[in-house]
Amino acid sequence: MVWTKIKRVFRSGFVGFWRNGVVSAASILVMTVTLAVIGTLLLASAYLTSSLDTLKSKVDISVSFKTTAPESDILSLKNTLGTLPEIKEIQYISRDQELADFRDRHKDNALLVQSLDEVGNPFGARLNVMAKDPSQYESIAKFLDPNSGDSSLNRDIIDQVTYKKDIVDRLMVLISASRKVGFAISMILIFMSILVTFNTVSLAIYTSREEISVMRLVGASDNYVSGPFIVEGVISGIISAFISIALLYPLALWVKSTTVGVYGGINMMAYYIDNFVEIFLVLVIAGILLGVISSILAVRRYL
Amino acid sequence: MIYFDKVSKIYPGDVAALSDVTFAVEPGEFVSVVGQSGAGKSTLLKMILAEDTPTEGSVFFESIDLKSIRAKHIPAIRRRMGCVFQEHRLLPDKTAFENIAFTMEAAGRADDEIASDVPHVLDLVGLSSKVWNFPGEMSGGERQRVAIARAIVNQPDVLLADEPTGNLDPLNTNEIMQIFKKINDLGTTVIITTHNKGVIDNLCKRVITLENGKIIRDEKEGRYII
Repeated sequence: MVWTKIKRVFRSGFVGFWRNGVVSAASILVMTVTLAVIGTLLLASAYLTSSLDTLKSKVDISVSFKTTAPESDILSLKNTLGTLPEIKEIQYISRDQELADFRDRHKDNALLVQSLDEVGNPFGARLNVMAKDPSQYESIAKFLDPNSGDSSLNRDIIDQVTYKKDIVDRLMVLISASRKVGFAISMILIFMSILVTFNTVSLAIYTSREEISVMRLVGASDNYVSGPFIVEGVISGIISAFISIALLYPLALWVKSTTVGVYGGINMMAYYIDNFVEIFLVLVIAGILLGVISSILAVRRYL
Repeated sequence: MIYFDKVSKIYPGDVAALSDVTFAVEPGEFVSVVGQSGAGKSTLLKMILAEDTPTEGSVFFESIDLKSIRAKHIPAIRRRMGCVFQEHRLLPDKTAFENIAFTMEAAGRADDEIASDVPHVLDLVGLSSKVWNFPGEMSGGERQRVAIARAIVNQPDVLLADEPTGNLDPLNTNEIMQIFKKINDLGTTVIITTHNKGVIDNLCKRVITLENGKIIRDEKEGRYII
């Protein structure tokens, strides 16, 4: 019996959805806008989070050596550093490598390359030190400081210790602030679009208020009356989720192509593809919830 | 079967739709409730349908006091009543078949029962050819017949009809009344409200006359006298 009722509620919901085409289309349109907003904000937030992670991983200490520093001393310093437990990775870039890199970067600038030929190799060798955790950079930097009292290391060969902490810290503050502001704006946007959806569904069900009262008068229980409307809401939600995930694809492409000059381009496309299943599930669940809740709220007024 | 015990209904603004109404309807009776517009006829039917509750007094359906019944038990009571309205009130997005089937589905009847009973009841009201038409594709008289078919398909104990012929021409009115008589002859209690004098005078059945919410006449084989 329960199965028969469920089957009838679903069938009635599907038929109602189809026969009230215009009303269903209006609900789908509004729900699609809401879900597209949610999807865009999800993508943007995923992008910001990943930018933050990328930035964190870019924090390193660059130790430049004097041009006169013998390679053997540098390598021995590298070995000593390698024994420190905080250090994850040390990369050695020789003078020749540094010069080759520079030439490669500026191969179009004939004047610069020519002047290099005249002065010889002005670059010192370099060590890039990566810590296991960003908080450990400060102690590593102190350890390498030529002015530190410790004499067990030959620090005279060190020209400069560059530590990008400040700039990275600032960037991280900026990103986390923009995430907070973004979150607040997202919440307001989502809240507004949910309200609009509720209103549209209410209006759609308002047109059926007479039917609802007749259904009740002929002996249908409240659940049996509201069931098909909830099914209609679910169908609208699922269709809207499909449309909005499809809309996010050209959006991600557009964002990528228009921001190609900024920071290597905001590559939302990658997040869209990598997290497609998750985003889609979130949109489908949000669509279903939106449909169910707004239908229940709207039908309840006439029960 | 139905018993009104000193029922009064006062709407906001001290408008008394019914005042101190007491009467009983026995099983198998055909009762016409007559009176001018605003006399309280529709309110009376709404009380039986538990669509409205009395301000004072009680309405009983068999031994059930409809005033104290819990909301979730109301649908089960309504399934034992059939109702027909002046403006037919069919579901516009459902065909004649689906409108009637809906009532059976709501009552939890099986699919094979629905498949066999709906055409049968449509045949009874003379609408076999309009099974798959939507209400918008039918005339007023045809819609009213579908509404009657919907009301009787669950074989209710009582059929309530609020001005069922109010929007119909004399020919259709006569046919619809014949259907009601036939239903009554088959044992269903029928209560109709009307202000159509011709309908009442031809029936020679019990007539309750309402005026300003009060019963001023209750006759076994009454006529329309106001």
